Amino acid sequence: MRKETGRVLTAISLIVLFLLLWWAERHLDPYLRRILNLIAINIIWAVTFTLIYGYTGQFSLGHAGFIAIGAYVTALLTLAPAQKEQSFFLSPCIWPLSTIQWPFLPSLIVAALLAGVLGLLIGIPSLQLRGDYMALVTLGFAEVIRVINMNLQSITNGSLGLKGIPAYTSLFWSWGCAIFTISIVWMLGHSSYGRAFKAIREDEIAAETTGVSIFYHKLMAFTIAALLTGLGGGLFANLISTIDPNLFSFLLSYQVVTIVVLGGVGSITGNVLASIIYVSLFELLRPIDQPMTFGSITIPGCPGMRMVMFSIVFLLVILFYRRGLMGSNEFSWRWLLSKLQPIFRRERQEG
Amino acid sequence: MSLDMFLQHLANGISLGGLYALIAIGYTMVYGILRLINFAHGDIFMMSAYMAFYGTSLFALPWYVSFGLAIPLAAILGMVVERVAYRPLRDAPRISALISAIGVSLLLENVGIVAFGGRPKAFPRPSLFAQEWNLGGVRILSLTLFIIVISCVLLVGVFYLVYRTKTGRAMRAVAWDFEVARLMGININQVISLTFAMGSILAAAGSIMWGMKFPQLLPLMGVVPGLKCFIAAVVGGIGSIPGAMLGGFLLGVGEIMIVAFFPELAGFKYAFAYLALILILLLKPTGLLGRVVEEKA
Repeated sequence: MRKETGRVLTAISLIVLFLLLWWAERHLDPYLRRILNLIAINIIWAVTFTLIYGYTGQFSLGHAGFIAIGAYVTALLTLAPAQKEQSFFLSPCIWPLSTIQWPFLPSLIVAALLAGVLGLLIGIPSLQLRGDYMALVTLGFAEVIRVINMNLQSITNGSLGLKGIPAYTSLFWSWGCAIFTISIVWMLGHSSYGRAFKAIREDEIAAETTGVSIFYHKLMAFTIAALLTGLGGGLFANLISTIDPNLFSFLLSYQVVTIVVLGGVGSITGNVLASIIYVSLFELLRPIDQPMTFGSITIPGCPGMRMVMFSIVFLLVILFYRRGLMGSNEFSWRWLLSKLQPIFRRERQEG
Repeated sequence: MSLDMFLQHLANGISLGGLYALIAIGYTMVYGILRLINFAHGDIFMMSAYMAFYGTSLFALPWYVSFGLAIPLAAILGMVVERVAYRPLRDAPRISALISAIGVSLLLENVGIVAFGGRPKAFPRPSLFAQEWNLGGVRILSLTLFIIVISCVLLVGVFYLVYRTKTGRAMRAVAWDFEVARLMGININQVISLTFAMGSILAAAGSIMWGMKFPQLLPLMGVVPGLKCFIAAVVGGIGSIPGAMLGGFLLGVGEIMIVAFFPELAGFKYAFAYLALILILLLKPTGLLGRVVEEKA
């Protein structure tokens, strides 16, 4: 297979995806559109986690913090001043924030950049540490961000949260950003930087002796991941339109870890598949939480049963099938064509 | 601030610190042996509080029977978690075990939400612990003193077990070197099970006293104390039992004193533990009493 064939196929599939989104945006009901949006946003988070953990080998539990920053920044920048005045009744919003209302794109860019700066600041101390310590410190930073969001009453409105955030996030925004994130991480992973990341993951000392600057590369992966995670957070806020600090607790970081583990650590294809499966199963299994009737027996509904099932699946995967769906394999056109070839050949012989 | 007030805050801080120390020991012992952050420890803490609660409410047992039953049940839960979720991954990369720990923690929390409901439950406080005592002008809740005394007794018990008995010697040997300990004829699996049981017993004792101190049970109540106590273990030097105690007491007293002296910072109380963690990891990564831990293969 020539290289151009792959590019053409990628371009074609992107166009098909675009047409599908265009159709979905016009014809699907808001509930299904919301699920599709959530899938795209979860893809963004999972892929950025792959950049930090799957490629560079640094286990970070700080995703919720970067998501929160992205969400709060876009929410505050896009909220209408009247709505802010209404929400901030405990203490009024501070001055420049209280009067501005920006369009979506600049707000998203600012949110992503701020999350990136924060990633840089958090990364400098945390990346000095190894393995589980790093996980704990990033978890700590994310929780500190949550506590700060709880207490800065005149900026974040504290535990009351923000509501009435304009619902700008459409399928084009969310899937556009998801494709943007995937391409950035993919290109990084297949560049000399990516090879350095993977060298660090495999063996830090060996990487260092071959002249890879460990700290610089770790920090780079971490900052880019934080930036893109913040982007996802911004989309999330303008999708669900109501946020409060407790939405961005460690449970959100665990959710990202669950998706990545289910899909296979280090595989972007796995991230995408697992996001689709996770979000849709989460909706499909909604009946489990409600009362069920089998003939004459009625099982009372227990809210939260879905999460129990997800945690059991998560445990089973990590215990018995650690590769996840994809292991560290990626989808490629070459693989698809090689699978399809025998089928075509057989048809030709028959015909 | 008057001296009375200060002493009162100090007693409060020490009793909170004692609880932190009890929980922190479970983390530090498991980390010392398996190099694993046992994320499920905080949820075992939560589960045992609920078991004690249901013993008194659902089965109408007297409080001492119910509290006494919750402790061995917690030990069994801890051993089951180790057997099911950690032992199969003992030879896997360390991060796999950490992810498994996150999975167990999620499972216990969600089971808690389904089984116990999301609405807070009121933990019973027997009248013995609810009296107000006057010690030379300092008014103190009897519970506060009981917590201090009981934690100290338990901590001395841990010291005795770990440093004066044969089992304790085996634990220390396993923590020092897995393979060599095995070659010396120590039954590794048994020692690890025992470590988990011991950690869970201390966590259960801590959680019952915690429940009486803050009588509101929630399925996610174990997370925050769990994280704080792991931080206490790291501050004191992970793997070191005296370190975990020191870290627990420092954290407890520090938290109470910050609120006492700077009431306007009360909202940020929770961030104090994390600041302590970040500072200690950057300045003295081995912790206050820790020894340098080389990577285990």
